Order: sequence, then structure tokens, then C-alpha cells
Amino acid sequence: MLIRPKAGILDPQGIAVERALPALGFSGVSHVHVGRLVELELDDPSQLEEMCRTLLANPLIEDYEIVRDLPA
Amino acid sequence: MRFGVVQFPGTCDETDAVLACERVPGAEAQLLWHGDRSLEGIDAVVIPGGFSYGDYLRVGAIARFSPMMESVVRFASDGGVVLGICNGFQVLCEAGLLPGALLPNVGLRFVCRQVGVEVVNAGTPFTCATSAGDVLSIPVKHTTGRYYAPDVELERMQAHGQIVLRYAHDGNPNGSSNDIAGVTNEAGNVMGLMPHPEHAVDSLTGSVDGLTLFRSMATRVAARA
Repeated sequence: MLIRPKAGILDPQGIAVERALPALGFSGVSHVHVGRLVELELDDPSQLEEMCRTLLANPLIEDYEIVRDLPA
Repeated sequence: MRFGVVQFPGTCDETDAVLACERVPGAEAQLLWHGDRSLEGIDAVVIPGGFSYGDYLRVGAIARFSPMMESVVRFASDGGVVLGICNGFQVLCEAGLLPGALLPNVGLRFVCRQVGVEVVNAGTPFTCATSAGDVLSIPVKHTTGRYYAPDVELERMQAHGQIVLRYAHDGNPNGSSNDIAGVTNEAGNVMGLMPHPEHAVDSLTGSVDGLTLFRSMATRVAARA
């Protein structure tokens, strides 16, 4: 699960990183946002949405994206 | 009357909260362990500050699932008076008892200082011993204290008198929407605030203004009894 600050809500961490990068010589960087990654293994992926809504993300302030890596 | 002060693993302000409650004439206070469920004999609940469950995942996110919080949610829905301070405010937002959420301070730094807190609504169970316009001197100490709610929600809260405390004198320490320092639910019986009234109960530490909140709660409980 990729969890990001919701668009439109001030993300001071992203701003701080965006300002730090040019200081190190990296140019042309914009729209930096810092979120978090939750990795897990589970038997029934249909639970993922509700897991995100009820615990892993706070939908009021965060967007989430579910990335599935199915076993071959 | 008897206050109950909830203690999670990682809570750190419960001792000051108990002392603050006990400074109200006629009041007693006891700790409530997060794993217990009983609120028997408790007239008002305080959820104090700290770092419940290490603040893992998001501040307050895990504490809301504790057995004691299930009881607190029931207590609140029955009209019981519940005050959340700092981390307690964050827990109440995560538990859905209060609107909005707390985000990292706009300056990304831990802020620890005395602030002026203006009473916007003196008609709540938490501020009935104050007058609207009073400015209370109370410390803040937090990293995640920027109150956020969507604009439509803020308008609704404003209309219902739910914005109870604001940072005064342009002294917003964290970038909170509309300088909000403390809010209630729509029914008015649950309140959260980022400043720490339990740390402002003795002139030795600079202010006794925090006591008025605990006194207000006791007054309201006595009036209901």
C-alpha cells in the first residue's frame, strides 16, 4: 500500500525535501510528496480496501494506492 | 465527582492529568488502563498526552482500537463528558468522536512553549467556568498539532459553536486551520485540544489557567447529577 498526503493538503515534509534537493545540485525537481509504504502478505486480497480505510490510511488526510504483487 | 484518566502504553502525561483533576475541589481521579473496559463510577474521562502505542502508523491510530476506547466511545455516545489533550485529541479524532485530524506542524519542528488560548465558546462543559474572549496561558508541546478539517466541515463546526479555543495574538504554533486550538463534537460533550491545561495548574510553573477546564467539567457533571 502506498499512502500519500491527500492532494491539496499542505505537505511540509515534501516542501522541505523539494528545497533540499537543489542545495545538493539536483535540479528540475517539483511536486515532491513524502508518504509511507506498508508491505504485507495476506491470503485474501479482498480485505485490502477495508484495511486501508479503517487503519492503514486516514482517508480524510491521506490517499492510498494498492499495488499487488501476485505469486507466480 | 470522579475523573478517569486513560493510560495507554506510551502515555506520559497521566500523572499531571490526575493531579490537575484532583485540584478541583471535591474531585477525585483514577487511572484507567487501556486494556480494561470498566468505567464504573467514572463521571468524566480525560485522555492525556503522550505517544500512545509509540504513535506507530499515525498518531492516535492504534490506541482507538483498545478495549478502554470502546468503553469511552459508548460513554461519549451516552452523553458522557470526554476531554482529549494533545495525543488524546489525536486519538479522539482517529476514533471518529471528533471531526478532523492532526497533521505535522507546518514548521516540522517540535514546539514547546507557553501560548495564549482564546475562549471562543464559553458554553461548553469544558469552558463553562470561563467567559468568551478570555485568553488562557497554557503550554503546547507537540510535533503533530496542525488541526485540519475540510472547509465545508470547518463551516459546519463554526455554525455549531464547535470551535471552542483558538490560538490568540497571531501565536498559532503549528499552522492549524483558522488558528484552531480546541474543538468539540456536534453534541458538545467531547472536546480535544492541543495545549496542555494539566501543565498549567500551579503558579510555580507560570499559570493556573488550565484548571478552569477541569473545574468546568466538574461543574457540568454536578449540574447533570
